Amino acid sequence: MGITVTYLSLLVLVPLSMIFLKTATLQPAEIWAVVTSPRAVASLKMSFSASLIAAGINAVFGVLVAWVLVRYSFPGKSIVDALVDLPFALPTAVGGIALTAIYAQQGWVGRFLYPLGIQSAFSRLGVVIALTFVGLPFVVRTVQPVMEELEVDQEEAAASLGAGRFEIFRRILLPALWPSILTGFAMSFARAFGEYGSVVFISGNMPLKTEITPLVIMTKLEQYDYAGATALALVMLLCSFVLLFLINRLQSWSGARVSSRSPVEAPKPASERPAGARAPGVAS
Amino acid sequence: MTVLCCVLALALSACSKGDAAGASKSGSLQILNVSYDPTRELYEEVNAAFAKRWKEQSGQDVTIKQSHGGSGKQARSVIDGLEADVVTLALAYDVDAVASAGLIKEGWQARLKDNSAPYTSTIVFLVRKGNPKGIKDWDDLVKEGVAVITPNPKTSGGARWNYLAAWGYELKRAGGDEAKAKDFVGRLFKNVPVLDTGARGSTTTFVERGLGDVLIAWENEALLAVKQSGKDKFEVIVPSISILAEPPVAVVDKVVDRRGTRAAAEAYLAFLSTEEGQRIAVKHFYRPRNPAILAAAESEGVFQKVALFSIDDVFGGWQKAQKTHFSDGGVFDQIYQAGK
Repeated sequence: MGITVTYLSLLVLVPLSMIFLKTATLQPAEIWAVVTSPRAVASLKMSFSASLIAAGINAVFGVLVAWVLVRYSFPGKSIVDALVDLPFALPTAVGGIALTAIYAQQGWVGRFLYPLGIQSAFSRLGVVIALTFVGLPFVVRTVQPVMEELEVDQEEAAASLGAGRFEIFRRILLPALWPSILTGFAMSFARAFGEYGSVVFISGNMPLKTEITPLVIMTKLEQYDYAGATALALVMLLCSFVLLFLINRLQSWSGARVSSRSPVEAPKPASERPAGARAPGVAS
Repeated sequence: MTVLCCVLALALSACSKGDAAGASKSGSLQILNVSYDPTRELYEEVNAAFAKRWKEQSGQDVTIKQSHGGSGKQARSVIDGLEADVVTLALAYDVDAVASAGLIKEGWQARLKDNSAPYTSTIVFLVRKGNPKGIKDWDDLVKEGVAVITPNPKTSGGARWNYLAAWGYELKRAGGDEAKAKDFVGRLFKNVPVLDTGARGSTTTFVERGLGDVLIAWENEALLAVKQSGKDKFEVIVPSISILAEPPVAVVDKVVDRRGTRAAAEAYLAFLSTEEGQRIAVKHFYRPRNPAILAAAESEGVFQKVALFSIDDVFGGWQKAQKTHFSDGGVFDQIYQAGK
C-alpha cells in the first residue's frame, strides 16, 4: 500500500498538482481571459469534437476488429492481432509523419481523395485521421477479452432461431459488451484529447481552424508563459476527468442494468439450450 | 517502501555521478553545448577542430557533447536544469530567457564581439526548379495563387525571423508605415496553407510533400536543401533586402562556475570567431563575420550579396519585437483574428 501510494504520488499526483499550483499564480480573471481567448476556445472545440469523432469511429470499427479476431480464424490472424498494437508502440510523431505522407495531396491515398474534393491532410479530417490512429488499440483491447469470455452457444441458438447477424449482435453481444465498449471509447477519447505528436504534422496548425489545444499550450510554453500554459492544461485535465467520471458512472449503471436483467432472462436461454445444442448438429 | 527508496536513491546517485564527471582532475573534461536543430553538423565539425586546438593549448582532452532541439525548447531545458556549459541558440530572446532565470549574467550579448553572434545567416526563398511562379522578391509572396510555406512564429524561432524579415521589407518600402507592414504580412500569411511547428517540418512539407510554391527559410537550410536534393529540383532566390539573423552564443555562468569548465567553455566560443572556426561556418552555409572570409565565400558564389537590416535597427531588439508581434494578442494573433 505504501509503495503504491508513493509510486502514484511521484508519478501522477505531484506532477498534476503542479498544474494547479502554477495556475494559481494567475488571478481568476486572468485564467478566464486565457481560456476564453478566441484561439483557446477554437482549439478546445476542435480538440473536443475531433476526439469525440475519432473515439466514435474507433468504438464502431474496434468492435468489428475484435469480433473478427475472436470469432474467425484466417491465415495471418496473429499478424493482424499484433498490428492492432502498433499505434501503442510507435512514437506518435512517426505515425503522424507517415499518415501525412499518405494522406497529403501526392500521397498514396490522398491522390485519390483530393480529386473528389476531400482534403485529407492539413484539415480537420486530417486531425480526425491521426486521432483515430492513436486511439485504435483501446477499443479492440478492452472489448476482445470480454468477447472471448462470451459463450458461442447463445449466438448459435439465436442463429438457429432465425436471427440475422445484426440481430444477434444487437440483442446478444451488444448488451454484454456495452461496458467494455464504453471503457474503450473513453480511453480512446482521453488519449486523443491529449495527443500532440502525430497531430501537429497532419493538421496544418492553422490558428482558429485546425489548431488543437495541446499546440496552443506548446505555443504558450514557447513564449515562456508557464502559467498561461498550465491554465489551459487545467481545462483539458478537468474536461478529461469529467468525461471519464461520467463514463464510469454510465458504466456502473449499465453494468447494474445488465446484471439485474439477467436473472429474469437467465431461464430463457437455459430453456432454449437444447435448441442451441442441436444447432451444430443440424449444421453438420 | 524501503525497496522503492533504495531504487530511487540508486537512480539519483547514478545521475549525480554522471554530472560530476564534468571537471575531473585527470586532465580531461567534458562540456555540453545546448543548441538548436540545424546546427548539428556544424558543431560536429567545430567540436573536433576545437578539441584538437585545446589539446595543443592546454594539454587537456576535451569532449564536447551536443544537444539539439527547437530553440525555445532547448532554452527551457537549460532553465529547468539541463547542465549546459554553453548555449548556442537561434535567437537572443531565448538566451535572454536563460539569463533572466539567473543562469547567465546580465549584459551577456556585449561580452563577445559581434553581438555574441560569431556567424550569421539571413532569410531567403526556396522555389521549385525553373521558378514557375516567377518569385523574385517579398512582394511576389502576397500575390494571389502563390502558396507560401513557413512555420508558425508562435512555436518556431526561425519562423519569427521569416515574419520579421517580411515586415521589415514592407516597412522600408512604405517609408515606415506600420499599418501597411501589418497589412502586407497579413496578406502573406493568407497565402500560407500549412503552419508547421518548426523549420525542419516546413522544409519537409515543401520538399517531400510537394506543397507550396515557395519556402521561406534560413539561408543555410535552403543552401543545404539544394545541396542535398540536387540543383535540378530547387533554386534559392535571394530577395532584394532581408534580415540579418544573428544566432547568439553564450557561456552559462552558473554551470561553468560550478563545474569548473569556464576556461574551456570560453575558449570554445572564442574559437568560433577564429579563422578556422569561420571557415567551418562557411562550409555549413553560415555567413562568417570575418570580412575577408565572407568576401572570399561571396566571390566563390557560396553567398549572394544582399542588403541586410538588423533586428535592433528596425524592431528595437528581441524583447520588443517579441512583445509587439508574437505575444498573445500581438500583431500575429491580430492577423488571424481579422482573417477569421
